[in-house]
Amino acid sequence: MAKKVKFKLDGREIEADEGRLVIDAAKDAGVNIPHYCYHPALGNPGNCRMCIVEVAGAPKPQVSCRTSVREGLDVKTASDAVKRAQASALELHLVNHPLDCPVCDQSGECGLQNYYMEIGQYQSSVREDKQHKDKRIEAGPHVMLDQERCILCTRCTRFVDNVTQTHELGVFRRGHTERLELTPGLILDNAYSGNVVDICPVGALTDRDFRYKVRVWYLDQTDSICPGCSRGCNISVHTNTQRPWHNDGKRVARLKPRHNHEVNGYWMCDEGRYNTGSLDLGRLGRVLRLSPQKQDVSWEAAASEIGAKLRDGGVAFVASGMLSNEDWAAAKELFAGAKFYFSAQPDQIGEEDALLRRREKVPNLKGAEALGLSSGTFDELAKDLEAGKVRALYVVERDLAKIWGVERAKSLLSKAAFRVFQGPNKVELSESYDFRLPATAYVEEEGHFTNFEGIVQAYCKALEPIGEARPDWDIFRLLATAKSGAAAEVAA
Amino acid sequence: MTKILTKHFDEPKLHELETYKRLDGYKGLEKALTLAPAEVTAEVLKSNLRGLGGAGFPTGAKWGTVPPVDKVPGPRYVVVNADESEPGCFKDRVLLTRAPHQLIEGLLIAAHAIGAKEAFIFVRGEYQNQYDIIEKAVKEAEAAGYTKHAKLMLMRGAGAYISGLDTALLETMEGKKAWPRQPPPFPTVAGLMAKPTVVNNVETLSMLPFILREGGEAFAKIGSAKNGGTVVFSVSGHVEKPGIYEVPMGSKLRDVLTLAGGVRKGHTLKCVIPGGTSMPPLMEKDLDLALDFDQIRAAGTFLGAGGMIVLDETADAVAVAHNIERFLTHESCGQCTPCREGSYWNEEILERMLHGKGTPEDVPNMTRIGENITGKVICALGDTVGMVTRAYIQRFPEDFKKRISDGQKS
Repeated sequence: MAKKVKFKLDGREIEADEGRLVIDAAKDAGVNIPHYCYHPALGNPGNCRMCIVEVAGAPKPQVSCRTSVREGLDVKTASDAVKRAQASALELHLVNHPLDCPVCDQSGECGLQNYYMEIGQYQSSVREDKQHKDKRIEAGPHVMLDQERCILCTRCTRFVDNVTQTHELGVFRRGHTERLELTPGLILDNAYSGNVVDICPVGALTDRDFRYKVRVWYLDQTDSICPGCSRGCNISVHTNTQRPWHNDGKRVARLKPRHNHEVNGYWMCDEGRYNTGSLDLGRLGRVLRLSPQKQDVSWEAAASEIGAKLRDGGVAFVASGMLSNEDWAAAKELFAGAKFYFSAQPDQIGEEDALLRRREKVPNLKGAEALGLSSGTFDELAKDLEAGKVRALYVVERDLAKIWGVERAKSLLSKAAFRVFQGPNKVELSESYDFRLPATAYVEEEGHFTNFEGIVQAYCKALEPIGEARPDWDIFRLLATAKSGAAAEVAA
Repeated sequence: MTKILTKHFDEPKLHELETYKRLDGYKGLEKALTLAPAEVTAEVLKSNLRGLGGAGFPTGAKWGTVPPVDKVPGPRYVVVNADESEPGCFKDRVLLTRAPHQLIEGLLIAAHAIGAKEAFIFVRGEYQNQYDIIEKAVKEAEAAGYTKHAKLMLMRGAGAYISGLDTALLETMEGKKAWPRQPPPFPTVAGLMAKPTVVNNVETLSMLPFILREGGEAFAKIGSAKNGGTVVFSVSGHVEKPGIYEVPMGSKLRDVLTLAGGVRKGHTLKCVIPGGTSMPPLMEKDLDLALDFDQIRAAGTFLGAGGMIVLDETADAVAVAHNIERFLTHESCGQCTPCREGSYWNEEILERMLHGKGTPEDVPNMTRIGENITGKVICALGDTVGMVTRAYIQRFPEDFKKRISDGQKS
């Protein structure tokens, strides 16, 4: 434990850990000091000179990102001299900045704009021509680079040097001709490349996925958990409902990481980040009976029919780590006595690394384990199906064709007398079931995932469900009521 | 006048070990090796030797900040900053060419004082000739057995002015871009490869043989208060006899000018840049100013590395400021924003002014830009970017006014 010391911040006495950076200690005390280059996870090169403060006894202004708290330190963050120094640092940042805000995706969340409104608001006295650099560099599959907008804070180069250690970006040349460039022979194509867009305080690095899609001030933000793997990175879901005709009609505009020191730090991987495209593809919106012929039915009717079928034995429940803790608990109750199959199969297994990415590409296998549930193997399930031991097969959000191949899955499915598919999106054989129930996607419900380390994390509802979709646990609850025969309660 | 470094410059073969040894060479080192490291440092402290690369920091005090081996074990290094790049400075070049052994002896003394087993000589990239000379001298010193306590290694710069700044030099040595570091920690605590490192200028280290041979007090006596020994000025510009002149610390500006033959015939003095182009100029009224690190501050400028540029009445302050700012803009490393952007902005305004397109608002604007750079940047280059134009505006306002009104007339 660091020693606690007292220091003065704008005349206020503050207690902080000795040695803590003034910029951090001030933030803890509710004082945000402007800065570009400093990032808690990427160090403090002190090159932007925005976080200048006055320190009593120091011969000249100090940068608060490189000043440590000590007993008796007296810091002024808002004196006239400090305000002038910050305004002038901002003015110098803008000498060669193109000011193309109207066509810049960063508009609305730009460090230059925000600080201009906060501490700038001067008339420009720059009469000289601006330096011109490249404005359209495809830095990698996900990131676009505009060198003119870059303020050379080096956050991105420090990210690729120190976090991913892939070194794709560098600051080349010297002085005012200096520019951010790709390292010769490399492109920005690492598993975490999207993070450079988040840490870029200006519009120099933008998301190719998000460029020109929707203005950021039309977006709503909801706290969530990335369902892309068992890490459980904390994310913010940025949804576009205010301008539904923007963003090619997609409701989720982008995902951004949320800081969580215990889980993901400040980052998320590209796999998780750019995983939003399929969210609204082939969405199931209606409760359907598919045999003997396709027919819309009410939740009540479906529930009572399915519930009745689940009363007898021979039930196999197929699910995946996509279920929330709430879903697992409800499933455990509804499918008591049934065999569970939910282990990650090759279709849900991918690359892992030492930074964030985990092998299992589903978020919540640990939640099932915590409830004492265990998964049989899919070979066993196939054998039981072949042997006619499975009377009712209940599949949640799982594509059997991806496990067994289309033909084999089709033939195995036909072995069960009664089959239900439940999920947010269509899958390969989702027509080959007796019932198809629409479930919500993770952005349309709230719940909890338990990550691989056993950390239970909540995710919130960002969007309204599509059509008649309900959360999985709610469907299970409905079925459980129907199964118990208390049909009268179903409507409630 | 007393000379220390250039005393034997009449000897044609001074750069060879044999000649150097004949003239008391390596006696200082021999003396130093009989002393404990702390005693060597004490002698240097007594001598009032100041860092002659420009900062003027007391050399003994700098060495004293190297943590002792029992506190911070592991290697420590000495680095010679021979990356002389300041326009107007060429004394290191001459010292390297004429007296390489003097430097090597000084370096070996410093290595003994701080316990460095490895010592580096970082030579400016463009100094090919000097590199060859020093390389040969190092081989001679090795063969003569002087380098038993410390291994000498040579390195070359790649042409950046900023590499002459100690922390940028260390970055360069580590194979990185020459972006200055921001102390703390200072190099003496965490320098090359994060090990305690003393970086000293060529001229500073070259003083050490004399200090050890003759004693710190004898050295201190030569100079002025707190400024021991001599200083070598590189005098250039509008003088009759440009060249390097070694004078005791605290000599008058007038005397240095006299040595250089005075302002060229038929012209009058306008100003003297005392320490290399980055420094604000001295005026005629300062002719009797004593030149040492402390007394020169009274005239609002710095001794720097002794690169003295004399300008006569034909020089135009706007053109001079533009010339210097253009250089600094070109050499700004680009790490911190005020210097990178401010130098460009300032230079562009001056250039516009030179083309007769200046406006009266430009002058207060450049003053403001300068104030917003100096003291708010990472390194000394940035400080000077903001200092130079302001200094010329303040000393020669009529030159700026004339440029503006001439431009408006045409």
